[in-house]
Amino acid sequence: MTGWGRFPRIEGFQRRSERLERATREAALCRGLGRSYGDSALPATSDDVVVDTTLADRILDFDPETGVLRAEAGLSLAELNRLFLCRGWFTPVTPGTQFVTLGGMVASDVHGKNHHVAGCFGEHVRRLRLRVADGRIVRCSDLEEPELFRATIGGMGLTGHILEVEFQMQAVPSPWIWGESERIANLDAMVAGLKEAAGGWPMTVGWVDCLARGRHLGRGVLMKGRWAESDEAPTMSPPPKRRLRVPCELPGFVLCRPSMKAFNLAYYWKHFPRARRGIEHPETFFYPLDAIDDWNLIYGRRGFTQYQCVLPHAEDNGPARRFLERFVSAGGMGFLCVIKDCGPEGKGMLSFPRPGISIAMDFPVHRDKTQKLVDRLNELVIAEAGRIYLTKDAFTRTEHFRAMEPRLDAFDAVRRRWDPEGKIRSAQSVRLFGW
Amino acid sequence: MKAVVLGATKGMGRALSRLLAERGEHLFLLGRDAEELSRTAADLVARGAEGEVGTATCDLLKPEGFAPALDAAERQLEGFDTVIVTAGLFATQEQLEADAELTANLLSADFTGTVLFCEEVRRRLLAAGGGTLCVFSSVAGERGRKPVILYGAAKAGLSHYLEGLDHKFRAAGLTTVCVKPGFVKTGMTVGLKPPPFAGEPEAVARTVLRAIDRGKPEVYCPRIWRWVMRAIRCLPRFVMRRIEF
Repeated sequence: MTGWGRFPRIEGFQRRSERLERATREAALCRGLGRSYGDSALPATSDDVVVDTTLADRILDFDPETGVLRAEAGLSLAELNRLFLCRGWFTPVTPGTQFVTLGGMVASDVHGKNHHVAGCFGEHVRRLRLRVADGRIVRCSDLEEPELFRATIGGMGLTGHILEVEFQMQAVPSPWIWGESERIANLDAMVAGLKEAAGGWPMTVGWVDCLARGRHLGRGVLMKGRWAESDEAPTMSPPPKRRLRVPCELPGFVLCRPSMKAFNLAYYWKHFPRARRGIEHPETFFYPLDAIDDWNLIYGRRGFTQYQCVLPHAEDNGPARRFLERFVSAGGMGFLCVIKDCGPEGKGMLSFPRPGISIAMDFPVHRDKTQKLVDRLNELVIAEAGRIYLTKDAFTRTEHFRAMEPRLDAFDAVRRRWDPEGKIRSAQSVRLFGW
Repeated sequence: MKAVVLGATKGMGRALSRLLAERGEHLFLLGRDAEELSRTAADLVARGAEGEVGTATCDLLKPEGFAPALDAAERQLEGFDTVIVTAGLFATQEQLEADAELTANLLSADFTGTVLFCEEVRRRLLAAGGGTLCVFSSVAGERGRKPVILYGAAKAGLSHYLEGLDHKFRAAGLTTVCVKPGFVKTGMTVGLKPPPFAGEPEAVARTVLRAIDRGKPEVYCPRIWRWVMRAIRCLPRFVMRRIEF
């Protein structure tokens, strides 16, 4: 079993059944579609049982008047979109892939291009049904067991096995997106562009060439979007998109600095003319990487990791600039990285976003080099009072995480109250929290 | 279409019921577990099934319950024209050889129980002027094979029965569809190593729905299994005794 980054790999045992409630008895962890990059959905030891939730995917209730939906935790966002977008409903928050389960969206407290207005997924979750460590089935919400609720949102599945999720969907005027994008010359312009766009656009994000240096540091493409009004949108529904597939692991030499630089350059210059605006297919706008099945195979056998951090705002964009400079100088190699201005912190106890600039990048795994690179990046993040996203992480050291996460003690206390024997755990929880 | 589905809570039955729901058909669900039935019914309503999706308990090991269950379906749907049976027990040959009670139950449910249920359905559909009976047998019934001796025997009997129904009653308006899935990756086959040409329930459901719409008497899914089993049927006995397939 592996995460999306295909590193680390752990031998484990997976239980798979439609009867999620029954299957989670005596289980150590649940796992959805396996899109977290690191070891958060991997067992701590090969004896720990992991439950694959994906067969438990029924919709239990949907109110077409209010848009409140309750479903089993294994329902995928892709299926939800397929059924509801053409009916005028969409998830209030979507991450960059639709191949995630509702349970996973809660456990990671996912965020998206609209974080600056809508916050994380957890802000829209009304109630959860969990099986906790002692075997009981518990309902939690802002009113029932609120502490457990807050710990479960963003709690990486460690507070209990999520069985059902009830959340508020968002009514959309049409299933199409109106998008605008433009080339941005450097980091200052990108951050300023995001700030300006935030005032008028519900969805914004930047793609940045993380290998560009000097005065080009932070150059990239800024994308803005909103749901198209019914009079702007085509009358037809967005057709299903054809997907390509990477057939096998690519050999290691394919991804090297020169090829990545070339790709980044091509992406930047292909965006010509400077600005683009018009109707976009929602899958192209929200899920560009989903167009290629198994795209993680391009990193070959060694796999890759993603590093995502959020750094506080500063007038001169110092933290973000220093971060990108350190990445390049420490020998980091990556394709485009995603940059996003984040809004207020969510209710989840370990939820990742907070006001500031989020930067996310992929890089291939090279045994010792990657650990050193991540250590150096973490040291900077700690110094700048930022933090990292657990859903992406596979390399952070315990002491670094503790230094950047003052909320950890509160989370640990809740976890211990509900699971004193430590029955529910993951490879990541053992690595970072010790249990 | 007004369809009664026995086995909609899981696997291929769930996938097929979802396709029917998305088409806006009327559905009624039968199964053993009332709670699972009502959750599945809610899912199908959310996906577009017309009206209310009723449920009733029905167990292939309890033939006395067949008539009341079908009465309930008839009342709710105001008459049905299609019945789909995907329910059944599965166990590996090793498990069955070690457990006499499991063997008795499997043979009862997958052969006797299913046939008696189909007989009850047949009478009602013919009385109503016709309809479609779609039953999931298996490629395991095509020939006696080491890994599925007992399961395959039950399915062989079922396929044989369905073929007989087709011969006798098609002219009277009863369309019989015998579905023969190869290995399909569902909750039933979790833990078994998928062979080549293993199918996905959604793809199987699409193939079966097309067969139901067209009234095909026999359908293999994935389709390649027709040719795989044809080849298996041709193998001489001494080869069958040597191989593990």
